[in-house]
Amino acid sequence: MTTTQQPIVAAQDGRATRPAAVPTGAPLAVRGVTVSYGEKPAVFSVDATFPAEAMSAIIGPNGAGKSTLLKAALGVIPRLSGEVYVFGQPVEKARERIAYVPQRASVDWDFPTTVMDVVQMGLYRKVGLLGRLSGQMAARARDCLDRVGMADFSHRQIGQLSGGQQQRVFLARALAQDADLYLLDEPFAGVDAATERAIIDVLKLLKAEGKAVVAVHHDLSTVSDYFDHVFLINVRRIAEGPVSDTFTTGNLQATYGGRLAATHLDELPVAGGV
Amino acid sequence: MGAEFVQFSLTPILIGVFSAIACALPGNFLILRRQALIGDAISHVVLPGIVVAFLVTGVVAAIPMLLGAAGAAIVAVILIEAVKRLGNIEPGAAMGVVFTAMFAAGVLILEQTDTSKVHLDVEHALMGNLESLIWFRAEGWHSLLDPAALATLPDELPRIAVVCAIVVALTLIFWRWLKIATFDEGFAQALGIPATALGFGLVVTAAVAAVAAFDAVGSIIVIAMFICPPAAARLMTNRLEHQIWWSAVFATLSAVLGYVFAGYGPLWFGAQNAVSAAGMIASVSGVILGLACLFAPHRNRVGVGKEEAA
Repeated sequence: MTTTQQPIVAAQDGRATRPAAVPTGAPLAVRGVTVSYGEKPAVFSVDATFPAEAMSAIIGPNGAGKSTLLKAALGVIPRLSGEVYVFGQPVEKARERIAYVPQRASVDWDFPTTVMDVVQMGLYRKVGLLGRLSGQMAARARDCLDRVGMADFSHRQIGQLSGGQQQRVFLARALAQDADLYLLDEPFAGVDAATERAIIDVLKLLKAEGKAVVAVHHDLSTVSDYFDHVFLINVRRIAEGPVSDTFTTGNLQATYGGRLAATHLDELPVAGGV
Repeated sequence: MGAEFVQFSLTPILIGVFSAIACALPGNFLILRRQALIGDAISHVVLPGIVVAFLVTGVVAAIPMLLGAAGAAIVAVILIEAVKRLGNIEPGAAMGVVFTAMFAAGVLILEQTDTSKVHLDVEHALMGNLESLIWFRAEGWHSLLDPAALATLPDELPRIAVVCAIVVALTLIFWRWLKIATFDEGFAQALGIPATALGFGLVVTAAVAAVAAFDAVGSIIVIAMFICPPAAARLMTNRLEHQIWWSAVFATLSAVLGYVFAGYGPLWFGAQNAVSAAGMIASVSGVILGLACLFAPHRNRVGVGKEEAA
């Protein structure tokens, strides 16, 4: 796929003054990001690096700043400090390489628009403010709907869909963005089992195509099945690394504190050893 | 429909139609953004904006008034945000506090200053004076081709026509941004669309439409036109594109029917005097919304919460 319109390596843009700790061509690298809604920081001085050709989960208890970290990385909410690099470039310069699936509950599904309209929003960076949507691009949008199994619903008003169908439409819109990095905010929240299966199949296909997938995830029981890499957060960074050696009882206890009962931990398919 | 219509009714009806459309277009987006009250707030803060502009310049002229009102709208938006954040108060209450306080300040300043020589008073501010915007020199339809007669058109007509054209142009140009950012602001920002500035621009555009309309038709009609035609239009369709057209149709219907009913309605019932055109136009728009609530094809969907809609 010919998506590489800009150089991948940051060092090439000549900013040699940057400290050595700063990235790499990783799909998503967050450095020293702090976000605050009030006086208390929601995310504090977080460093994170998400690898290529992998599915990564951002995990932590409610209010730990999972979604906040994702939104701050995208610039959807302002950062108090810190920097975000996408394939080695500042995020603002790499927007066409990012696809984003916000939380389903963050929008008003009564909005007067159709399924196809929503998917076509994903083509915005290619169409522009005033450009015409070509037949080729419209066909792409239909293809993306087909990939999530929603082709028959293209003319439905979005409010008439079930929660799972709405989530699939959001995923189709992200596919239409034709990106290299997919950021998803709780993609499995409130969806039926069939939809969860359909979504994970699409995401695994993306990974197989060489894309990076980063998802805010709350269901600890599926982490080992779905993901390769995990980032544990509770306002601060707790741990990050491959699921096989990072998704451990010890790290989970450090992340969730007393909120995760020991019996619950025993049932999780966590990596061996504490 | 002859000379008399052209002389006494044509220009007020056109001014009413342009005002209604200029307000209804941004009203569509304000309602979908759950900011309908902003329209209300704007139409109130326009008053102090105009009064201050008058005090500074000493004349009642279009440009200073437009600037004053736009400035007041910006101040109001900043104050609303400040009250919301500093006071931790919910948005509706913050808007309510700011616009009533600013409107009251406008009334106080207006009372304390010598505006008696010019046509600027509280009653005018509320009701406008659509009925007085007649075309004295018109002698019939042929006057529309007569440059000398055209030169005597009331100033309000070209002014609101230009503002209406600007609002239509902005809606067309920024259509894609408005649609994406109104539906999903976070996604719009992730795409690099300046959603915050766009929201601000929408409010300022609404303020400019409000002040241009306000001069001719008063704030009652402005409030009604921001909300009633778009709300009724939403009940007619599930497509944003169609909703915009319906809102323009309803705005036009309200203005034309309202003006005719106000001028001739009382006569039909044997009364002597006409009633306020602005009041009647606003009332007609309310009746249209009521009818839409009862009979429109998509009435079931408006106002449903996220859970029920799923």
